[in-house]
Amino acid sequence: MSALLARLVASRLFWPIVMLLVLFTINLIAFPGFFAVTLRDGHLFGSLIDILRNGAPTLIIAVGMTLVIATRGIDLSVGAVAAISGAVACSIILGSPEPANPATVAVAVTVALIISLVLGMWNGFLVAVLGIQPIIATLILMTAGRGVAMLITEGQIITVNSPPFKALGSGFWFGIPIAVIIAAVVFGIAALVTRRTALGMFIESVGINPEASRQAGVRARGLLFVVYTFSALCAAIAGLILTANTAAADANNTGLFIELDAILAVVIGGTSLAGGRYSLVGTLVGALVIQTLVTTVYTVGIPPIATMVFKAAVVTIVCLLQSPTTTEALSGFRRRLALRAGKGVAAS
Amino acid sequence: MTQTSVAEPVIEMQGISIAFPGVKALDGVDFRMFPGEVHSLMGENGAGKSTLIKALTGVYGIDAGTITLAGDQVSFSGPAQAQAAGISTVYQEVNLLPNLSVAENIMLGREPRRFGSIDWRAMRRRAAALLEGLNLDLDPGSLLGDHSLAVQQLVAIARAIDVQAKVLILDEPTSSLDADEVAELFRVIRSLKEQGVAILFVSHFLDQVYEICDRLTVLRNGSLVGEYLVEELLRIDLVQKMIGKELTTLDDLEQRARSVVVDESDAALFVNAEGLGRRGAINPADLPIAAGEVVGLAGLLGSGRTELARLLGGIDRADQGELAIRGKVTKLRTPRQAISNRIAYSSENRRDEGVVGDLTVRDNIVLALQADRGWFRPIPAKRRDELTQSYIQALNIRPGNPDALVRNLSGGNQQKVLLARWLAIAPRLLILDEPTRGIDIGAKAEIQKLVFNLAENGMSVLFISAELEEVLRLSHRIVVLRDRHVVADLENDGLTVDSLLALIAEGSSDDEVPDASAGMPLAGAAVPAVPAVPAVPAVPAVPGVPGADRPHDSAASDTDPTPTDPTGDPR
Amino acid sequence: MTKLLDAPERPLRSSGPSGPAPRAGLARRIRNLLTSPKYGPVTVTAVLFVVIFIAGGVRYRGFFSGQVLLNLLVDNSYLIVLAVGMTFVILTGGIDLSVGAVVALSGMIAASLLQTGWSPAAVIPLILVLTSILGLLVGLMIHVFKVQPFIATLAAMFLARGLCYVISQSSISITDPTFVQLAVARIPLGGNLSITPSVIIAVVVVAIAVWVLHATRFGRTVYAIGGGEQSGLLMGLPVARTKVLVYVISGFCSGLAGVLFTFYTLSGYPLTAIGTELDAIAAVVIGGTLLTGGYGFVLGSVLGVLVLGIIQTIITFEGTLSSWWTKIFIGALLLVFIILQKVLTSRRR
Repeated sequence: MSALLARLVASRLFWPIVMLLVLFTINLIAFPGFFAVTLRDGHLFGSLIDILRNGAPTLIIAVGMTLVIATRGIDLSVGAVAAISGAVACSIILGSPEPANPATVAVAVTVALIISLVLGMWNGFLVAVLGIQPIIATLILMTAGRGVAMLITEGQIITVNSPPFKALGSGFWFGIPIAVIIAAVVFGIAALVTRRTALGMFIESVGINPEASRQAGVRARGLLFVVYTFSALCAAIAGLILTANTAAADANNTGLFIELDAILAVVIGGTSLAGGRYSLVGTLVGALVIQTLVTTVYTVGIPPIATMVFKAAVVTIVCLLQSPTTTEALSGFRRRLALRAGKGVAAS
Repeated sequence: MTQTSVAEPVIEMQGISIAFPGVKALDGVDFRMFPGEVHSLMGENGAGKSTLIKALTGVYGIDAGTITLAGDQVSFSGPAQAQAAGISTVYQEVNLLPNLSVAENIMLGREPRRFGSIDWRAMRRRAAALLEGLNLDLDPGSLLGDHSLAVQQLVAIARAIDVQAKVLILDEPTSSLDADEVAELFRVIRSLKEQGVAILFVSHFLDQVYEICDRLTVLRNGSLVGEYLVEELLRIDLVQKMIGKELTTLDDLEQRARSVVVDESDAALFVNAEGLGRRGAINPADLPIAAGEVVGLAGLLGSGRTELARLLGGIDRADQGELAIRGKVTKLRTPRQAISNRIAYSSENRRDEGVVGDLTVRDNIVLALQADRGWFRPIPAKRRDELTQSYIQALNIRPGNPDALVRNLSGGNQQKVLLARWLAIAPRLLILDEPTRGIDIGAKAEIQKLVFNLAENGMSVLFISAELEEVLRLSHRIVVLRDRHVVADLENDGLTVDSLLALIAEGSSDDEVPDASAGMPLAGAAVPAVPAVPAVPAVPAVPGVPGADRPHDSAASDTDPTPTDPTGDPR
Repeated sequence: MTKLLDAPERPLRSSGPSGPAPRAGLARRIRNLLTSPKYGPVTVTAVLFVVIFIAGGVRYRGFFSGQVLLNLLVDNSYLIVLAVGMTFVILTGGIDLSVGAVVALSGMIAASLLQTGWSPAAVIPLILVLTSILGLLVGLMIHVFKVQPFIATLAAMFLARGLCYVISQSSISITDPTFVQLAVARIPLGGNLSITPSVIIAVVVVAIAVWVLHATRFGRTVYAIGGGEQSGLLMGLPVARTKVLVYVISGFCSGLAGVLFTFYTLSGYPLTAIGTELDAIAAVVIGGTLLTGGYGFVLGSVLGVLVLGIIQTIITFEGTLSSWWTKIFIGALLLVFIILQKVLTSRRR
């Protein structure tokens, strides 16, 4: 029994899940109907559904970010890429004679996604070929990307009236929010592709020990291209959902600070910022924790604006817990405890 | 050797022991240095040289023993304190700042100041004076990074002696210098010696040690072997003391595979390196390896043995010479290319360049094979499990759990996992760089047996080990390196540990016979294997009369003058 | 020693540019200057600035004036102060992503406290102390807990932005007479030229920073950490203290920049100065400080700010170019200079 408990505690998912459960409990106390999910007009409604739907963009970006971080990298440009893809899609829809035509929306979405692939390859080029540190390389696109988005929207907030596009953000399919379905698909594909092919193993291997991986013949360069491109693709998908949700492309505010939420989700999920082993399930739990935190702040009645302070607190605590200094101090403490316990046994 | 006869030792370390988790790095080591002498600390990898230096300079605390500096017992809590007390260290490369000026690198931390501001003019003046004292023509205001490594090294020495150093430690100062630069460094060392500074000179280059040092201390496996006057210690004896001998536990393994007929015609050569070299790492070397042949590389640490192997494995790029694989000239730019040519290099640095610690045993074993196939063609899970299981059984990897993280395995088992990774790609040439270092005797025997069997089945093996017995036992042919040159290439026929030792100590690339005038009787090479090094008493010589009571190895000096020629045919 | 002085061996000569340089050709000296990691990028920046200024003068009427130059300082005094703090951080090889948020936070604190009737004489010191403490916490997190600088400062950025929202969600305007006075005051320099008090503060900050970095042990330790932290430790330099202090300085500068920014805008707004950290980093990098640390000057960073400023001015003068081109230009310029740094450092090694 205790062995099982020990294994559970040792699991990397343990603390994130505990955090999630604590947040759920707080919500339940503040709002007894928290877990209730009802069917209205054939659509699912309830706080949990809201958490899933609002958390979908963060989760999608966090999935891409997980793979980038596993290679010892970081992608700060996701917010800007999200803004660009939203801007591209909206301006195409706005410029077309039939904004409500699903074909128009399909073209707009496809173009937005292709552009994001180019942006991702750009990041990959800077990191893998030019060897620029990932923070700085993606910082460039983070700055310039918002400018590009502004250029596309010509500094305006582009509002579109296109039901098929809006459905991406707020529609339902078989009662389930489409955003949630998209997130599930992205998550599933990422999990499947990295775990069913050798991609996941190579990503981890490069993140853990780049030199040993090189000597084993792993091609890190191509790998970095793949993860940065995938991350940009994820960012673009999230950007489309965010834009569709409000039916407006706002180059300044779409995806603002979302890179921080995504990094936070990855870190809470137990993937170390130092790279190496990653857990997509952990990232899923991490994204849920963040979204539930936001919801909790609402339900408990704290001004919603304060969520950023809470996020800062969470990211600080998680980083301090992951810090080698803390680990050392803890293990020293444990050893001393064990020693004392051992002595106690010997004495008795 | 006249100046030290009446002096007290400036440094005396007695019974120094330091333990790290699981390892006893130093075990009751005594060490001393006299003013105005150049002293060398000798030993192979893991002998405890750097641990001893770090103990002396306060980087590590000591678990037992005493350190006496100029008669007073001391204990330093850090390098700054040691430096203040007069013990300065010049490391191989790390302790200078290329982005600052020469003057700052000399004076930083004790800059002359006026009203809280650094007095740049006074600082330059003092730095210039110090440089002049070393007869260096340098602009103190120039950027350190603009100068050659040799000059940087001398600047580091200038910094070290400015703190009124009593003891100056030079850790591998010559490893990246050319001959002229070494001469310049030695000139500076000699002048410091005349000023009464005790200099600890650590180097892999025996020639340099014999040129500049008065006395040396040999360590092996964390223990003291002895302290000797350089002029009284033959090189061959020195090398033997450094390498030591282990009692053979592998008698069950048939002596060696000498009887195997290796077809050495050009057509059968699997690889043939001609003049392959890399500047600053290994001088151009020839190395033919036939299919099914085990070639041993013998040489001390830093002799170029690893550097040569890395060129063959595609880890580093060669900038001279060419390499033919199966008769076709091929340029190996990446390990990947080597692997696709069925050449596997297993690094000596298991932890940093070998295993991927946070991955499972299974992932580590299939990594290279999978990398060769590409990421989109995964090895089917069933095949992966079979492969893993079969290697776990064949190599007896413990624990036999394919899902265990490799970092939790013992050194020997990590090595086996690494071997399994390379065997999985079915290499034609397997390069094993120190595969048996730091692993227990059982695993060692298993790995040796494996190499033997692989060669019988037609795989070529390039085998590197600091343990000569091992090299002798396994190799068909042995290539000896010294000071980054190949000095001999011999059939393993009638070679003994001692004849190898002789070559390593005093090999020569063009003359067949080591020059007797170099002070090394050739006969020493033909001594019948000396029984394990006589336990040299670790008692230091009588203080005040250093070296007077040097412990002699009786076996090594009374030699049986059988006239054999161990250097044999230069191929 | 006597034997040493007339030693027959050839004396070792410096191979560097500053050794036997005097007789070297001009072309070679220019090449040496451009390829030096210390002076190369900043020289390129200086040339770039002059070229843009001349190009602007040729193209636009009224561009070629002293006041246009002075306005670069007037409009960017807060950014200069920010870049000074960022220079300290980047010189050690770190980075501070929190500065934009801290600028906003200090603006919010100023606006809200002034609104409740606090005296500016109390508000400004309070802001500087608070932001310095935030910097101290960040520094401790980085040094003691070995958290990567960008993550620690990212957390600080979150915290600062969050606190902005906690103070107020909307813009608060400042009506305090002292602030208004400081905002509108012009200090005449004669000949129709004038500057603002903010410029004087920025210049003082720059002067102090130049002195600290050039002539104090702390300053040289900052460079030493960037050149090699391990080496600095082995030389017995106070590495730990310096590493933490650098973030305190950045925090302080961010606070001061926030105050200058409120002189400029006369309001506090939680979403203000988003992306300013990128401007500050870009200015420092364009000004010749290596992102890996160890090389760079405060005056270079000032030059970097001026380059960003003059690009902005050109875009304003052009009229048809939209203002968001600034961001794209900054991004592109940042990239060019990072690649330049890469090339210079890899050639040196």
